[in-house]
Amino acid sequence: MDTSQGMSPVVDNNLTLPPIADAAAAPRIDCRNIKVFYGETQAIHDVSMSFPDRAVTALIGPSGCGKSTFLRCLNRMNDTIENCRVEGQILMDGENINDADVDPVLLRSRVGMVFQKPNPFPKSIYDNIAYGPRIHGLANGREDLDAIVEKSLRRAGLWDEVKDRLMAPGTGLSGGQQQRLCIARAIAVQPEVILMDEPCSALDPIATARIEELIDELRNRYCIVIVTHSMQQAARVSQRTAFFHLGNLVELGDTSQIFTNPREKRTEDYITGRFG
Amino acid sequence: MLQQLGQLPMGWLLIALIAVFGSAAFFLGRTRAERLLETSIGRMHSRPNYHGYYVAMCTVVPVLLIAVAYAIFADDLTRSQLTRELPSSFDRLSAPELQSYLDSVRMAAGTAASSGADRVFQAITNRYLELRGFVNAATLVLLGALAAIGIFWSQSRLRPDFRARALVENGMQLVLFLCAGVAIATTAGIVFSLLYESLLFFQKVSAWDFLTGTRWNAQTNAEFGALPLFFGTFMIALIAMLVAAPIGLFSAIFLSEYASPKARGWIKPVLEILAGIPTVVYGFFALLVVAPAVRQLAIWINELIIQVGLSSEPVLAAQPTSALAAGLVMGIMVIPFVSSLSDDVINAVPQTLRDAAYALGATKSETVKQVVVPAALPGIIAALLLAVSRAIGETMIVVMAAGKSARISMDPTSDLTTITVQIVSLMTGETGFDDPKTLSAFALGLVLFAVTLAFNVVALRVVKKYREKYD
Repeated sequence: MDTSQGMSPVVDNNLTLPPIADAAAAPRIDCRNIKVFYGETQAIHDVSMSFPDRAVTALIGPSGCGKSTFLRCLNRMNDTIENCRVEGQILMDGENINDADVDPVLLRSRVGMVFQKPNPFPKSIYDNIAYGPRIHGLANGREDLDAIVEKSLRRAGLWDEVKDRLMAPGTGLSGGQQQRLCIARAIAVQPEVILMDEPCSALDPIATARIEELIDELRNRYCIVIVTHSMQQAARVSQRTAFFHLGNLVELGDTSQIFTNPREKRTEDYITGRFG
Repeated sequence: MLQQLGQLPMGWLLIALIAVFGSAAFFLGRTRAERLLETSIGRMHSRPNYHGYYVAMCTVVPVLLIAVAYAIFADDLTRSQLTRELPSSFDRLSAPELQSYLDSVRMAAGTAASSGADRVFQAITNRYLELRGFVNAATLVLLGALAAIGIFWSQSRLRPDFRARALVENGMQLVLFLCAGVAIATTAGIVFSLLYESLLFFQKVSAWDFLTGTRWNAQTNAEFGALPLFFGTFMIALIAMLVAAPIGLFSAIFLSEYASPKARGWIKPVLEILAGIPTVVYGFFALLVVAPAVRQLAIWINELIIQVGLSSEPVLAAQPTSALAAGLVMGIMVIPFVSSLSDDVINAVPQTLRDAAYALGATKSETVKQVVVPAALPGIIAALLLAVSRAIGETMIVVMAAGKSARISMDPTSDLTTITVQIVSLMTGETGFDDPKTLSAFALGLVLFAVTLAFNVVALRVVKKYREKYD
């Protein structure tokens, strides 16, 4: 697929896809009866869904529908929030990641995350990428680390722009470059899954297009879950789409089906702009 | 008549007059504005009260200026006229003698006619009262006239479209500015007097000798080498920071990263109580508890070293007051400065940075060590610098627990003295202001001021730069 000419049209995207059915057969993550509570308030009601490997799943829905909360269950980031409680099973390689004996620190090295606002560390570009490999001991010596940094930056499509100033502070890059730096940083720890929480909401359309291209390239290697407010974005980058409303999973299906022929009335209302 | 005027309690009278003139002007102005309101067509620009305030302002301000001028100049004016009229036999009195004579005249004048004094004194007292009465009368007349002019002039300006409200607003602004000006002028005055007296001192003692000399004996031998004082100050501040920096920083990290909101809710106020303890209380804590303990420890270490055979003589001085005792207690005193400010800057580190580290699989302590603290480092350094400047300027603890011997000794159990201790001992007791001994206190004060100012300026700049980065 040609990704050098800006955004790939939706049709093109769907044409090149492998059939979705085989992805459902071997899900990377399988969530069963997920409930999330903030104190007494229930934010997610009994959601069961699976995420195929080597495909992009988009979570869409109006603000406050619980899609970010659900995303954060997948790498147990909700653990860092005071009085947040998660119930249900999330199976990765047959293991429930909500089990008490699963170390969230190790889990997060397998499930990378990219946030809404670019959040590079106030360190150099190099150190931003090298941070993860260093704490997990992924590199044997300086040369190995250099190689990881270069590979990650290349995959994030940032290498050519920063290769001459790897020691410059990461906070000095533009917003779009910072977000690609954050993606590179997540890639550097060799995750199996990448979670993206509205990765383009703070970016201009051109930077957004670059990130979307990048997501499309990364799809070949990772299981990607993206939360987005932009239905066009969901249509452009994802193969599967899940529509959330008021903490419930309303509809889950192939992206083309959700956007052209939704089964649920609420889904249709939302994607045609009648609410949300 | 004039003599009786001379005995008027002018202070109370002036205050009463200002109040009377002010309120009278206010009511006159407001009444007039209310009349204008009845007769005028359409709306007045300002409410009647503002017209009242405006008239009162125009009246009180000149009256106040006269009152201030009276308070400053009345006595000097009377004295200088009296001195000119004194009989020639007074010429042989020296200036201070004349001053004290005139002081007693003034005292006698204040307590009405004193019997039993000699006739010359009586006559001079009466003359003082006459002169004073003249000054008082002139002041009152001038004051009344200005008040009257103020009332009538400002009243005559009142019109329906007169912008009294805006003018009162300007007046308020001026008052606020003057209040701020008092603080600034006082600071400038203190700096100026420090500089001036220090220059006098440096005319008698060379600045180079003062800054680099190693013998300090101001009280008896007029030896002004301040290096031992600088050393003592530095040593005690260093000990204090060795205590305060780790404890303060770690407690800040605990409070901001690990403590539950509930724990934080009571630990933080308790830590801040430390900042509210008067330093003199720390002082006797240092003197009565810590200093003896330090001495005991030093004696024990000495014995241990002798027993082991490393030395045949006691190694540590083990004195009853010591740099270590003062430094330890001072360190405890500045903990809240470090912890509170560091806690603020650590809290200012955006949550998204912590999330980023956690999402990469960093543990909590890795996140704190490698992301949060480095991001907050400029602010933490600023907090430490402010604490240092506080420790350097601290007086009470060192006066009570550090001792008075000016010496350069690396042994923390020996007594040392600091700049502040020496200033206290130089400025208390009998002093003359032309004595180099007293003047040296100003030079020490100047050094202290320069050092703490430098620390504060650097700290504030660092904090400012850091704030800009995350806002």
